[in-house]
Amino acid sequence: MNSNRLFNILVPLISVLIGLFAGALIMLGFGYNPITGYVALWNGAFGDLYYFGETIRQVTPYILTGLAVAFAFRTGLFNIGAEGQVIVGWLAAVWVGTTIEAPMYIHLPLAIIAAAAAGALWGFIPGLLKATRGVHEVIITIMLNYTALYSANAIVRNVLSDNEDKTPDVAATASLASEWFQNMTFFSRMHYGIFIALFAAVIMWFLIERTTIGYELKSVGFNQHASKYAGMSVKRNIILSMVIAGAFAGMAGSMEGLGTFGYMSVQSGFNNLGFDGIAVALLGANTALGVVLAALLFGTLKVGALNMPTEAGVPTELVDIIIALIIFFVASSYIIRWVILRFKKEEK
Amino acid sequence: MGLVDLLQSIIPPALFFSAPLIFTALGGVFSERSGVVNIGLEGLMVMGAFVGIIFNLTFGDALGVWAPWVSIFVAMVVSALFSVIHAVAAVSFRADQVVSGVAINFLALGLGVFLTKQWYGRGQTDMVSHQFFTRDIPFLSDIPVIGDIFFQGIYWTSYLAIALSFVAWYVLYKTPFGLRLRSVGEHPMAADTNGISVYKMRYIAVILSGALGGLGGSVFALTIALNFSHATIVGQGFMSLAAVIFGKWHPLGAMGAALFFGFAQSLSVISGGVPVLEDVPQVFLLIAPYILTILALAGFIGRAEAPRANGEPYIKGTR
Repeated sequence: MNSNRLFNILVPLISVLIGLFAGALIMLGFGYNPITGYVALWNGAFGDLYYFGETIRQVTPYILTGLAVAFAFRTGLFNIGAEGQVIVGWLAAVWVGTTIEAPMYIHLPLAIIAAAAAGALWGFIPGLLKATRGVHEVIITIMLNYTALYSANAIVRNVLSDNEDKTPDVAATASLASEWFQNMTFFSRMHYGIFIALFAAVIMWFLIERTTIGYELKSVGFNQHASKYAGMSVKRNIILSMVIAGAFAGMAGSMEGLGTFGYMSVQSGFNNLGFDGIAVALLGANTALGVVLAALLFGTLKVGALNMPTEAGVPTELVDIIIALIIFFVASSYIIRWVILRFKKEEK
Repeated sequence: MGLVDLLQSIIPPALFFSAPLIFTALGGVFSERSGVVNIGLEGLMVMGAFVGIIFNLTFGDALGVWAPWVSIFVAMVVSALFSVIHAVAAVSFRADQVVSGVAINFLALGLGVFLTKQWYGRGQTDMVSHQFFTRDIPFLSDIPVIGDIFFQGIYWTSYLAIALSFVAWYVLYKTPFGLRLRSVGEHPMAADTNGISVYKMRYIAVILSGALGGLGGSVFALTIALNFSHATIVGQGFMSLAAVIFGKWHPLGAMGAALFFGFAQSLSVISGGVPVLEDVPQVFLLIAPYILTILALAGFIGRAEAPRANGEPYIKGTR
């Protein structure tokens, strides 16, 4: 039956629709006009080229954190630590970007590779503990998120700056900022990173679908015992999966450090790129193409939401509620399947 | 500085910081012991803090002295209701419990800040004026030495948290209800065969965790934060989750871990006045709870073993 594939497309679509519908109900309940609200959201995301540039800017790290979560999911691992991997990646990218002098064709790749390596290390720890000691990766990654947050803050304050709240800007040779994009989009913060993010999506697709490495990773995700019996190293694959996932998230950090901001500041809390990546991965059914599309949706919602207070008076947090509901329904896909099947039966 | 003075400057703040963690961690113990992973503790605390503050601001003047107590009670009830969402997803809809917990965290913060902006026109509420105050406990504070350290300038809620830990221990380990709750977390099918309703027990456990998480959040709000904004609860829920695991899913262990984490948190605030510690960079005190939890899980500090069926939805009739 090809209905499994159909479900994989239907469930996210229905979840998004329910989420948006619930958002409309909330707006109605508080006396806003939902149409005005959603028009404001649309204008805030695509209204003119500036907003469009900002939307793409937001989509860029979402693709990468989405890939980070999705990639681990394919091996049956839940990478809730993208948040921390983003932070260490950001820190590493800015560290290389501010302290090393080199021509651009060395400096920029080096900064991005440093970010990926830092993220990979941050993924290696839970991978190793899971593989060798059977510790659940969710808890370890959560703990590492906070470790990353506080350590990075301390390093920004004491090592990369002189007791200030932000580092100096990265050197021009390590910057992803694009004058061409900026001129085209009325000086939005859109940067070349989007190409890197899309390229990473292609890499994930290729790795998972077209290589033996990907085959083994998926196989371990489906059934560890069968994979072991077939001669694959379950431990190695678990570690590898977390390392690659961490590298994706680390690169997302470099997008912020080298592209959007060009520096790193002390953060009072998480920027939620990693947590939103969970939503992106789930909605994208853990496939590369799905992640890109879901990242586009969430980027649109997040950036568009910023326009809602001015144009429609609706607090931006409405979008957070909508995203939470979408995650909730995608996670509860069992019930959506059940309802669809129920309807199908009645038709017959 | 003498030892008594030192203890007097360390222990009250440690108790003060750990009370919200203890409440929430106890909630986590109930939920996880029944086999439902609760990453949503953070969101439940956010909900508790939000409701506690809003209720206190709205009805504080009418209730006078009782305002903080009624506020935390209302926060408890609302968070318990809110946690039903997690219960429905995790138990009935067979959702991935971690994902559903993440959704709870998003939803609580989104709702809280949305409503705050709706009602107060900006991202944070006013400061409450009917919060909890520190008290000297009558008679006990007159005991020499011990009285000075443990019973002066302390919030009642800290004692409540510790007392509740013992109640939770008694309920989980000495009553039939507790045995049933633990059994559905270890081997739901065996429990089901013995006539225990797995779904009912798990619903009760998750709702209890909602109530306790709400209690923790509102106590944090009414003793430490005193208002509500997006930055009121940042990580205390996850720290409580760490306490659950560091405490090996045991109420008293969780209490001990929460006390220790609260102590570490308070140190990063008061370390200036404590010898030895004033030389330790603050960041090490901040990350200590998390690193210790990782070490505990990795088996370097005893072995932390989760309830067997933790995180698995129970589907009747499957093996």
